Amino acid sequence: MTGTLTPARIAAPPPPPSPAGAARRLRDRLTPYGYIAPFFVLFAVFGLFPLLFTFYVALFDWNPIGDRTFIGVDNFTRMFADPRFWNAAGNTLSIWVLSTVPQLLLALLLAHVLNHARLRFALFFRMVVLVPYITSVAATAIVFAQLFDRDYGLLNWLLGLVGIDPVDFTGSTWGSHVLIATMVAWRWFGYNTLLYLASLQAISREVYEAASIDGAGEWQRFRHITVPALRPIIIFTVVTSTIGGLQIFTEPLLLSGGGGLTCGAVRQCQTLTLFLYEQGFGQFQFGYGSAIGVALFVMVVVIAAVNYVLSRRLRGEGR
Amino acid sequence: MSTTSGRRRLGRVRWWNYLLLAGTAVACLFPLYWMFIVATTDTATATEMPPEVVPGGNFFHLAGLVLETVPFVQSLLNSLAVATAIGVGHAVLCALAGFAFAKLHFPGRNALFLVVVLTMTVPTQLSVIPQYMIMSELGWVDTLQALIVPGLASAFGIFWMRQHIAVTISDELIQAAHLDGASAWQVFWRIAFPIVRPAAFVLGLFGFVSAWNDFLWPFIVLKSPERFTAQIAIKALQNSYDVDLGLAMSGSFLATVPLVALFVIVGRRMVAGILDGAFKG
Repeated sequence: MTGTLTPARIAAPPPPPSPAGAARRLRDRLTPYGYIAPFFVLFAVFGLFPLLFTFYVALFDWNPIGDRTFIGVDNFTRMFADPRFWNAAGNTLSIWVLSTVPQLLLALLLAHVLNHARLRFALFFRMVVLVPYITSVAATAIVFAQLFDRDYGLLNWLLGLVGIDPVDFTGSTWGSHVLIATMVAWRWFGYNTLLYLASLQAISREVYEAASIDGAGEWQRFRHITVPALRPIIIFTVVTSTIGGLQIFTEPLLLSGGGGLTCGAVRQCQTLTLFLYEQGFGQFQFGYGSAIGVALFVMVVVIAAVNYVLSRRLRGEGR
Repeated sequence: MSTTSGRRRLGRVRWWNYLLLAGTAVACLFPLYWMFIVATTDTATATEMPPEVVPGGNFFHLAGLVLETVPFVQSLLNSLAVATAIGVGHAVLCALAGFAFAKLHFPGRNALFLVVVLTMTVPTQLSVIPQYMIMSELGWVDTLQALIVPGLASAFGIFWMRQHIAVTISDELIQAAHLDGASAWQVFWRIAFPIVRPAAFVLGLFGFVSAWNDFLWPFIVLKSPERFTAQIAIKALQNSYDVDLGLAMSGSFLATVPLVALFVIVGRRMVAGILDGAFKG
């Protein structure tokens, strides 16, 4: 009895039993559940149920008209034998690593710099890093595809000025992965920088000042104060970047212009989400598409769990 | 004396910090600037090297073409409707649930809050096929409520509002309101919500921005051009990419301007929202 909704009961005598009073007490008891119900209903209907249903649909040969035949794990055996699946899985992992690692390192460095007590124009810089976050993926993809174009792109023109041959960013496997990773990193690094900065601001400035007086240079302060203090939030951003990074869809779809769902002639940047969409909504194979969804789900969970365990272990060894 | 001068010297911001920040600022703003350049010239100029660096006078021509190709004004209005509904839904529903978790006591509270936090790590975007089937059953395919209803509340929002309510509203205040005979609903609307309105506003903004920029789900659910959101309209314009790059860029620009304008007005509060948000410690 750590105090219920009506602390008034403690002070005032309980109201005389009457039908109206009983109804009111019942309503008071149920009120909190009413307040949290909308989220739980929405999540159950549009989040949890579809997720579980994906596992079910994956066991069928199922098309949108509703024809379905139970085929057990056939979709999965077919998927594991499908080179397009492995290609998409490889592309997804490659793009995820290429976007996440440089992005979070840059965010770490920028957060350290932005945390400086005497930085001028601090508000401007803090706002400017959030501009990419408010820019839509669709708009970003079109601009970046143009900037990175092989023949007419600004970047290749600049490379040409210093004598480097044009890079085929959209047509080649590595080029397209780098380009997509750049777009993802561009959009999210500022948001992560501010998350790190929020966490850094909880450390007192005296810690930095004391370290300075003891002769610690910029790098040593970064390495020994900033990075250790940020470990919990780093875990958080790695997990969220993983969940987002493994679901990349819009950038490769729009990158290839009208090319669409295969992302280029040899599927050079087709991610798992694009492959899922192609099979589910392009080929109308809901069962096979769902099997890809299950594979993606397992990947996200496994990678997030490995991240979590690794970072806990690193933290333990640091002490 | 030596200590003071030492501190001053050590506390100075080194030049390379400004260099790094200036480079970052250019990298953040240049793509938007480039979008504007191409949106105001034509494809031929956009692909000229050395590139054009001042805006051209072609904007109204291109904008007119955009409006002819897809019902773009309609799609901006659709985006506005969807994003506003989701922003308001987030602010109200998450504040309500956050209030219950922070200030009301009821059996199962801690367990239910743990469930909310755990749902944050569930990647539900992967189950788009059953999500589509549900919308199909409800008859919501190709409607805007298919975008709005699932996004009205989020686990993150509840977590965020709970933190703010727990910190900013004292138990004594709520008890006093109860003693004065206010019902639970009145305590929320008259007392708690006004106090946390700034936090709810920032949460609503983040809901608005992510709804405005969402692509995958609208791309799956929407079919007819008059229901398109701005992002899907951009995709439709981009199908004529090879024909006119300026067209796709103008569309992107038109869809980005409202958000940039919003950000100029409320960007400070968004930054402050992240900085003193739920992530500290």
